[in-house]
Amino acid sequence: MDKFTSHTGTALPLRRSNVDTDQIIPAVYLKRITRSGFEDGLFAAWRNDPDFVLNQPQYDGASILIAGPDFGTGSSREHAVWALTNYGFKVVLSSRFGDIFRSNSGKAGLLTALVEQPVIDQLWSLVETDPSTEVTVDLENLVVKANSFSARFEIDDYTRWRLLEGLDDIGITLGHEGEIALYEARRAAFKPATQESAQQADIAGKPSVEAALSQPA
Amino acid sequence: MTLPTPRTLAEKVWDDHVVRRADGEPDLLYIDLHLVHEVTSPQAFEGLRLTDRPVRRPDLTIATEDHNIPTLDIDKPIADPVSRAQVDALRANCAEFGVRLHSLGDVEQGIVHVVGPQLGLTQPGMTVVCGDSHTSTHGAFGALAFGIGTSEVEHVLATQTLPQAKPKTMAVTVNGQLPPGVTAKDLVLTLIAQETTGGGQGYVVEYRGETIETLSMEGRMTICNMSIEWGAKAGLIAPDETTLDYLHGRPHAPTGSDWDAAVAYWRTLVTDVDATFDREVVIDASAVTPFVTWGTNPGQGVPLGDSVPSPDDFDTDAERVAAERALEYMGLTAGTRMRDIAVDTVFVGSCTNGRIEDLRAAADIMRGRKVADSVRMLVVPGSARVRLQAEDEGLDIIFKEAGAEWRGAGCSMCLGMNPDQLTPGERSASTSNRNFEGRQGKGGRTHLVSPLVAAATAVTGRLTAPADVQAQV
Repeated sequence: MDKFTSHTGTALPLRRSNVDTDQIIPAVYLKRITRSGFEDGLFAAWRNDPDFVLNQPQYDGASILIAGPDFGTGSSREHAVWALTNYGFKVVLSSRFGDIFRSNSGKAGLLTALVEQPVIDQLWSLVETDPSTEVTVDLENLVVKANSFSARFEIDDYTRWRLLEGLDDIGITLGHEGEIALYEARRAAFKPATQESAQQADIAGKPSVEAALSQPA
Repeated sequence: MTLPTPRTLAEKVWDDHVVRRADGEPDLLYIDLHLVHEVTSPQAFEGLRLTDRPVRRPDLTIATEDHNIPTLDIDKPIADPVSRAQVDALRANCAEFGVRLHSLGDVEQGIVHVVGPQLGLTQPGMTVVCGDSHTSTHGAFGALAFGIGTSEVEHVLATQTLPQAKPKTMAVTVNGQLPPGVTAKDLVLTLIAQETTGGGQGYVVEYRGETIETLSMEGRMTICNMSIEWGAKAGLIAPDETTLDYLHGRPHAPTGSDWDAAVAYWRTLVTDVDATFDREVVIDASAVTPFVTWGTNPGQGVPLGDSVPSPDDFDTDAERVAAERALEYMGLTAGTRMRDIAVDTVFVGSCTNGRIEDLRAAADIMRGRKVADSVRMLVVPGSARVRLQAEDEGLDIIFKEAGAEWRGAGCSMCLGMNPDQLTPGERSASTSNRNFEGRQGKGGRTHLVSPLVAAATAVTGRLTAPADVQAQV
């Protein structure tokens, strides 16, 4: 993951509340098996409307999404984050985020900055008045700025640190291998297993997905 | 000697899974069971391949095919090439990494949240995760169960752990008896309308009280399933005799002395008398009536006996704007009686209401009645086992004689990722969990209902309470 310290760009005002992840990317767009190419599904249903804000040319190139309350509720699909980042968004601002969406964003390098609704209202107004307004989201100082306006935003310390450092979660956790093994040694014997042998697969000895996929059904 | 600090059920389960706790870091939790399906896993397996990491515990991992698969012609190759490629990727990934997979056609295939409990893999006091937000379903067993994204799926595959910030705790206490014809689904829809879609945000919710204690495991799963629909991290219910009766003898339930040891542990999984919750909500079950949604999020609901609300009825600008948009999308006018709303499609199924008890409830209404000419009714069992059991009980005959379609198991029209979709403008009464715009098909309009209301609605063609058709014998 790339390090995220501060980002400056133009912004897109999305004056809607309760934008669930089915709206961010409908289920029919979730069938790709890569992490790229999801931009076509972003707000797919709403993009049919020529007046939808994403279709308005004055907001072309916007990289900061200013959303209403309860953004990213619903389904756990990380494809919603990928759709936003594939499209070119680096930051989403809202007064409340769906939990899983926010967690996914932190893993995939999208900054979700939490602000009070009056800050959103102010930013909507500034950006709608002048779509070329540059907005800066400074993760080191937890400040969002546009022209002379500035406000604090919130993000949990751990996610902030990981974004600032560009760290890979799995790598961090595997550093605690000893503690995981100790925990496993004291797990209750009655806990269920999905298969009898706990043998880990020998990756080198198994056919690749590509090979398996190329075989006739 | 100091007395132990009183703890809630959720805190006990949490504490029992802490692998590592350090200042300034979220707790690292051990994961007892990881459920995998075709839609949220391919990028996670690809991540493992790129970093040359194995699945740490294939024996705590299980996969099934549910989200995008068809419910017709399930013995033939999947017709949609993109869906087929996604399922093929799951099959290849499971083979490569040694993960047990229940494929389409396998007797244990079905919706992940139906399969885990029916196999006895979901047990009290466990941590359960899946790349699906309705993982909260498993909380019905007193497990701490929550949905995760694909990056976290990869994290669990690689490490069998997850770093997690500790959530706040909430108690939802439900007292009194649900009236006849009123189900767990009506109860949870009532709760969500009261609390709105963000009301549970940041909390693990414990559902408790005499109403919850008298619910079957199926009913408890319906309640916990919809925890995410009001924003909660997870929902759970303390295990009791109902839980033990459900689990005993299931394929992966402990046996012999392991059963005794497990039960001894499970009996400790209750909230201590002096424990405190960060928030408490109390609901009177006896006042709950059949409940349906009118809008485009699960919090936009009213009693079936009421009318479509007006945007002016709401307190905040955001709610008023949302209500206006919802009415426009749903093609509804404020003041219309909910009972006068005609539907085109009735869907009975999903991880919310696709279990055997749900099918029995719907079949009871359909027995000797017909689906209205203007309505198509789809009945989609939650799993292949549920389907077989329903067929043993003759429920399929009841549905088919009524004119309903009897399908194979899967998520189906709940999320419209397979061919089972609404067409633009089409209106459904659906036992599923989300009435989001386009959820069941582009332009489709969804009313969330209980299985009883779904069946009664299929008979009349309009949103209907079960008592209304039962009175017309």
